[in-house]
Amino acid sequence: MGEAIVITSGKGGVGKTTTTANIGAGLAQAGHKVALIDADIGLRNLDVVMGLENRIVYDLVDVVEGFAKLKHALIKDKRFENLYLLPAAQTRDKTAVSPQQMIDLVDRMKQEFDYVLIDSPAGIEQGFKNAVAGADRALVVATPEVASVRDADRIIGLLEAQEKHNPFLIINRIRPSMVKKGDMMDIDDMIEILAIELLGVVPDDEAIVVSTNRGEPAVLNGQSRAGEAYRNITRRLLGENIPMMKLEEDTLFGKLRKMIGFKG
Amino acid sequence: MFDLFARVFGRDDASKEVAKDRLRLVLVQDRSSLSPQALEDLKNDLLKVISQYMEIDDQGFKVEFSRNENTTALVANIPIRNVKRKSL
Ligand SMILES: Nc1ncnc2c1ncn2[C@@H]1O[C@H](COP(=O)(O)OP(=O)(O)OP(=O)(O)O)[C@@H](O)[C@H]1O
Ligand SMILES: [Mg+2]
Repeated sequence: MGEAIVITSGKGGVGKTTTTANIGAGLAQAGHKVALIDADIGLRNLDVVMGLENRIVYDLVDVVEGFAKLKHALIKDKRFENLYLLPAAQTRDKTAVSPQQMIDLVDRMKQEFDYVLIDSPAGIEQGFKNAVAGADRALVVATPEVASVRDADRIIGLLEAQEKHNPFLIINRIRPSMVKKGDMMDIDDMIEILAIELLGVVPDDEAIVVSTNRGEPAVLNGQSRAGEAYRNITRRLLGENIPMMKLEEDTLFGKLRKMIGFKG
Repeated sequence: MFDLFARVFGRDDASKEVAKDRLRLVLVQDRSSLSPQALEDLKNDLLKVISQYMEIDDQGFKVEFSRNENTTALVANIPIRNVKRKSL
């Protein structure tokens, strides 16, 4: 019996889909059998981030309505035998599925997979409720900005109300140089305010844009800082005790040092 | 250079401090689910009760959340015009 984990945030565009793709690929790379569910019905995205957009035949709504079998709708990843995606429907909306149908679907998938990751849409209404319904655990993604932290706080309250206790926090798009100047909230600030456990911190990184362009999750790229952050997050999720990565300062001096080839 | 200055002297005006203060206040309202309307109702109720005892300048009457150090307080500023004489 596997575990279902929803990735949610309240605020849009903070990195839910990116996080789902990277943790999914990370868990698959570690040898686990993983299914990703794109629960953002009407705004299908996870398929392109995974580079699987050309393989879609059926979608989540087809399965829920009994129009397609689950095994026919699941798309196998290009890189991993043990990674699958259940795409969102693009031409329907959130009301096409009910929370109870999501619970049934996720329960079925947990029979077959070690991990079922659910990419939640932004917002707090039906799409969010559907995404959360079948989940055993929740990861809340937030960026170090007032609006994002506020929405994350709201989501944490709603998760609690739905009996989804002890969500983990993922801080995304942190910029060490701004933190250093006191112009961006740091990790401690955010933990203090939100009062939940931290799973990891992902730096703001161009590599995310590049990997999204290519449809290859950054976690599979040995070089990038964001990839390293997602590898650490994956390992923590698996119960390993990995210290938080030291955020490199992208100051002019740091850049110069790197250019000269001086490794500190 | 400015960096160093900021670190040595600490900046109270650092924008993240502003962000944190604003967040703390807005979260008190969010978490207690006190909408601006509810706060307005609370204010009116307070006004009614206190008016039984004294004459209040209801223009200057203010109720708001305020934070210092680690506590959040509901602070009411109630300018008094006149205290009512107890009628025997
Ligand atoms: N750590 C990062 N560094 C740089 N860019 C990032 C990072 N994380 C996410 N992004 C970019 O931010 C944008 C939004 O990310 P993403 O689609 O994952 O957010 P989302 O929360 O799923 O959005 P939505 O609410 O619309 O579903 C994307 O263009 C993505 O490439
Ligand atoms: Mg998304």
